[in-house]
Amino acid sequence: MHEMSLAESVLQIIEESARTQNFQRVRTVVLEIGALSAVEPDAMRFCFDAVTRGSMAEGALLEIIEMPGEGRCMACGMAVAMQEQYGLCPECGSPRLQIVAGNQMRVKDLEVE
Amino acid sequence: MCTTCGCGNHEVLIEGRRVPKRPVHGALSYRTHAAPAAHTHMVEPAQSRIIQVERDILAKNDAFAADNRAFFAERNILALNLVSSPGSGKTTLLVRTIEAHRGQATMAVIEGDQQTDNDAERIRATGVPAIQINTGKGCHLDAGMVGHALQRLTLPEASLLFIENVGNLVCPAAFDLGEAAKVVVLSVTEGEDKPLKYPDMFRAARLMLLNKCDLLPYLNFDVAQAIAYARRVNPDIEIIQLSASSGVGMDDWLAWLARAQQAVTVA
Repeated sequence: MHEMSLAESVLQIIEESARTQNFQRVRTVVLEIGALSAVEPDAMRFCFDAVTRGSMAEGALLEIIEMPGEGRCMACGMAVAMQEQYGLCPECGSPRLQIVAGNQMRVKDLEVE
Repeated sequence: MCTTCGCGNHEVLIEGRRVPKRPVHGALSYRTHAAPAAHTHMVEPAQSRIIQVERDILAKNDAFAADNRAFFAERNILALNLVSSPGSGKTTLLVRTIEAHRGQATMAVIEGDQQTDNDAERIRATGVPAIQINTGKGCHLDAGMVGHALQRLTLPEASLLFIENVGNLVCPAAFDLGEAAKVVVLSVTEGEDKPLKYPDMFRAARLMLLNKCDLLPYLNFDVAQAIAYARRVNPDIEIIQLSASSGVGMDDWLAWLARAQQAVTVA
């Protein structure tokens, strides 16, 4: 359940932003979570609600933008859509796929007051 | 609360004591600016605004990991992050490695477990220093915890540091500790499809140690299949078959360690 520490990191980023950007409440938190990242969105929602209780983000809406996974075949250069961390190139069959997108875990933006 | 590195309200203990609060990492900075247009909202429409943060959730951990990596690089220390499910034999492997590698390198161990200092005690019985991190409810080590533990270890130039992570094939994959490589231990008493079930970990590892190979005659474990699954997830993963108990294959592992240490010293 590492989503708990990831949710704590999200709250920490919010609190640091509050100091520099001077806001008191958070209404919406927008995350970009890649399909190939180590985050299960449902677990993240559960942990976010638990972690933000009593904080400036309590009750905030958590929007998770799920980003698709993309890879490039190291053998033939083909761009490959990836649903999981590994796979075979549909063009040449090589397992040597380099992830080029979809492994991010980012706080994108906040709606604050 | 220092969330990423586990200080404050967390129940993280190093050698049975709470860690002091670590200052906010200085190197971190990120771009924030208000959006030009005010966002409308049903309640208090004038006061709501959008702040673009664009910051990695793991940024803080990664900054601590970079600190640890710089610490290792300055001292030519080879740090390895040992990961596996519980019961794969990591601690026995470390004890046997220390016994066999003594004289080749100065070694130290950072042990991660939710509770008890049993593993650190087993390491200390070999005469090698060990620091126990208890993560409390935490399911993995993070770079901040390792940074705290490093403050309590005296590591001479060109040491070999083993970090034995919490037994868990999921969570430790996401947290860089500043190590040179992750070494995943898979024992033949587990299923050969573990690499497919937990691909993040096997993809993140440079080396897989297939442990407890002395038990193969009594099991239905398909070694070739396990290796094929590991390579499907990570085509470049190196694999060594061994048994820490019987000693078979240990020479290959010790040779791998010597090569990895040499690479650190030359770099």
